[in-house]
Amino acid sequence: MNQYPAWKYLLIIALVVIGMLYALPNLYGEDPAVQVSSGRNAAMDDTIQALLESKLGDAGISSKSVEETDSGLLIRFNDTEDQLAATDLFKDVLGPDYIVALNLAPSTPAWLQAINALPMYLGLDLRGGVHFLMEVDMDAAIQTAMQRYSSDLRTVLRKAKLRYTSIRESGDKLVVKFRSVEDRDKGSDLIHNEYRELQLKPVDEGDSSVLEITLSEQEARDIRKLALQQNITTLRNRVNELGVAEPIIQQQGDRRVVVQLPGVQDTATAKRILGATATLEYRAVDIKNDVEAARNGKIPAGSSLYKHRDGRYYLLKNRNIATGDQIINARSGFDSNSGSPQVSVTLDGKGARKMLEFTKVSVGKPMAVLFIENKTSTRMVDGKQVVTNRKVEEIISVATIRGVFGRQFQTTGLDSPQEAHELALLLRSGALAAPIRIVEERTVGPSLGAENIEQGFQSVVIGFVLVLIFMALYYKAFGLIADLALTLNLVLVVALLSMLQATLTMPGIAGIVLTVGMAVDANVLIFERIREELRNGNTPQASIHAGYAKAFSTIADANVTTLIAAIVLFSFGTGPIKGFAVTLSLGIVTSMFTAIVGTRAVINLIYGGRRLQRLPV
Amino acid sequence: MHILSENLQIDFMGKRKYAVVLSAILIIGSFAFLFTKGLSFGIDFTGGTLIEVAYPETAGLGGIRDVLEEVGFGDAQVQHFGTSRDVLIRIAPRADRASAELSEEVLAALKNADAAVEMRRVEFVGPQVGEELTEQGGLAVLYALIGILIYVALRFEYRFAVGAVAALVHDVIVTLGVFSLLQVEFDLTVLAAILAVIGYSLNDTIVVFDRIRENFRKMRKGAPQQVMNTSINQTLSRTIMTSLTTLLVLFALFFLGGEIIHSFALALIVGVFVGTYSSIFVAGASALALGVSKADLMPVEKEGKESETGDQV
Repeated sequence: MNQYPAWKYLLIIALVVIGMLYALPNLYGEDPAVQVSSGRNAAMDDTIQALLESKLGDAGISSKSVEETDSGLLIRFNDTEDQLAATDLFKDVLGPDYIVALNLAPSTPAWLQAINALPMYLGLDLRGGVHFLMEVDMDAAIQTAMQRYSSDLRTVLRKAKLRYTSIRESGDKLVVKFRSVEDRDKGSDLIHNEYRELQLKPVDEGDSSVLEITLSEQEARDIRKLALQQNITTLRNRVNELGVAEPIIQQQGDRRVVVQLPGVQDTATAKRILGATATLEYRAVDIKNDVEAARNGKIPAGSSLYKHRDGRYYLLKNRNIATGDQIINARSGFDSNSGSPQVSVTLDGKGARKMLEFTKVSVGKPMAVLFIENKTSTRMVDGKQVVTNRKVEEIISVATIRGVFGRQFQTTGLDSPQEAHELALLLRSGALAAPIRIVEERTVGPSLGAENIEQGFQSVVIGFVLVLIFMALYYKAFGLIADLALTLNLVLVVALLSMLQATLTMPGIAGIVLTVGMAVDANVLIFERIREELRNGNTPQASIHAGYAKAFSTIADANVTTLIAAIVLFSFGTGPIKGFAVTLSLGIVTSMFTAIVGTRAVINLIYGGRRLQRLPV
Repeated sequence: MHILSENLQIDFMGKRKYAVVLSAILIIGSFAFLFTKGLSFGIDFTGGTLIEVAYPETAGLGGIRDVLEEVGFGDAQVQHFGTSRDVLIRIAPRADRASAELSEEVLAALKNADAAVEMRRVEFVGPQVGEELTEQGGLAVLYALIGILIYVALRFEYRFAVGAVAALVHDVIVTLGVFSLLQVEFDLTVLAAILAVIGYSLNDTIVVFDRIRENFRKMRKGAPQQVMNTSINQTLSRTIMTSLTTLLVLFALFFLGGEIIHSFALALIVGVFVGTYSSIFVAGASALALGVSKADLMPVEKEGKESETGDQV
């Protein structure tokens, strides 16, 4: 009685070994490291590696190792002082086309890496860093689309020589007024043929014939999706500008994006680059009208007055030539002839076509870049929160068109390389189609992160040891066996978390601590049951058997219900709460295994098949 | 080692009148606090900005308040956090400033006044997100209760399910009441703790119910009340043991886990105490009050066989 077949022991041993192997990487620490990867215009090759190594040698900084990874080079250092010195050095040597980011690289030995064993991924609350939840302003995205349609429809109607009184945008609607019902019907057919994605609704308003135009459900959905995706892409590029190792940029829901930047401390810069959502437009400068007159309130139709960064005012035509989302690339560099700083810009097909059309007739005339920043502020109106988007418009560059160009052109005449670099950065970051704003921020400083790890670790260890002592005192030998199972449970939870590369957060650690407390429950149930059976006069062997058998359904029921709570927690929770739910769920599952199968195996091994007078329980 | 004597026969069900009175007092008291004092919701739910900073030496709150007043944050709540060197600043959602940049302004002002200040943590939750989290949190508790109700009703009997959920609702209300009484900040981690309390307390209740079911089947004679008493007595040492071990680790978390995890640990400690009490008194008593009887729990033929022969290990 009470004997396991050999395969069961082997299975348990196999699981223990696998668990230990995958939990092992967590015992090795992390190396301060610098990650170097290439930006979009530079190559990563052996020469770079050789260059960096020689520069390190010159500066007298000793590196631990240099590795090639998927994303570039990873250079490890002995301490953070060397790491920081090297970062500055690399930034100087490589210039803006390379991304130099601080990183903490796990120092997992190669043989463990070979079996894909990695340490747990630490959450931001443990390693320090910034978490942003950003929301795309979808109303603005739709409005921008309607503005585009409004301008397109004017062209289409004019080409077809159809007379209309006005085209007005009102929120997510376009209202076109026609002179007659016939014109409206013709217009309606024309628009319907050209733009299948629009929904047309004729409305009679007194004596005018009106056509109300809205986006189809599908089109609106597509626009929202596109706005979100474009924002995510732009955020990715901007995060690259920031130089962060292992950033997370992830869609959440249908209008939000999570941005996590581990290790970032300078949140002000991060926010300015991520949060100052901007777009830009190339516009023609209105040279026919007087700027001074406009400043006195006489703004000519079709133009608007804007201020340049340097303080001067310009009149710009309202129609844009190209927009920020049509810019594919913008790089700063030097003019090969004069050696003066310049920015070269590449446009996509649509932008190039429009630019070509414009420059054909405008050589010698000035063109301006209008930078439009969307700043958000929250105001209280009648006790309610009202979020307003404020547009800050500013001219960042005015240049004379020197020739006919389309896809590629250079802006020269910039004062300094610094200015060129800044302009290129602004041009690149101007690609946001819809404004985005931060709706949640969680920043954890490095000292707090380190403290959280330490305190979390300490409470796990102390709580764990207390439970071990208590169990051993209360259940004697059987208590020690339960302690063994509890230890194995902890190893398995850590191994699973490492395998899944789930994010370990402070609540996650609390989840582990809680699992330790609750994992003993199964053993308590079994041992109490065995004691009861013994009291009822059963033999030790029969008591062991009955104890396990009878406790099983109770344990299963109790754990399934806790699991229900954990799953609900997982599906509703965000970030850290999810971490708690994950560790709790994993802990429940592994504790079922260790407390039932694990302890039974040991008990069978020691007491099984022997004649016993009494049990040490 | 034993905590309790081996053949306990405490008449728990006979004392359920006292339990009813005690529970009633606890619940009415909790509601009284919840309605008068309310919960001290953290920014996770209210929205707003929270900034934790550390100074190398004891920080004077008055000075910090003055600095904040100067830059227009006179309404900020300033308090020590954990030690006298750590300071927590809370700012309600602002009407006149862009919310996400607010923390930068505060930090810059503090740095200006004392360069040694160190940023420990910044949390900003937009009002909209706060509202959503509140709604989701409420729904989470509700769905967890419904899920559990269904599971227990399927595995046992609807009267047990009602009893179990009554015990859980009882625990949640009392835990909330304690948070209201002590005015401890109620944030997302506390909500997680409440859900864990639900899981834990249920765990306890299920163990008792399981034994009640078994005893109803085994003890041919005996009134429901007596069966319940026996069952609770039989599981009592386990109930106390598990509560003790869980409390051991929770106290480790409470005292050593750091300030951030404090309210979380407190919620669980309260929950474990209340949960243990409720699984002894509330759960069984409710099922009894609903008239649970032996016939309700007699096994379906097949299930009975399984539990006798199965070596389910």
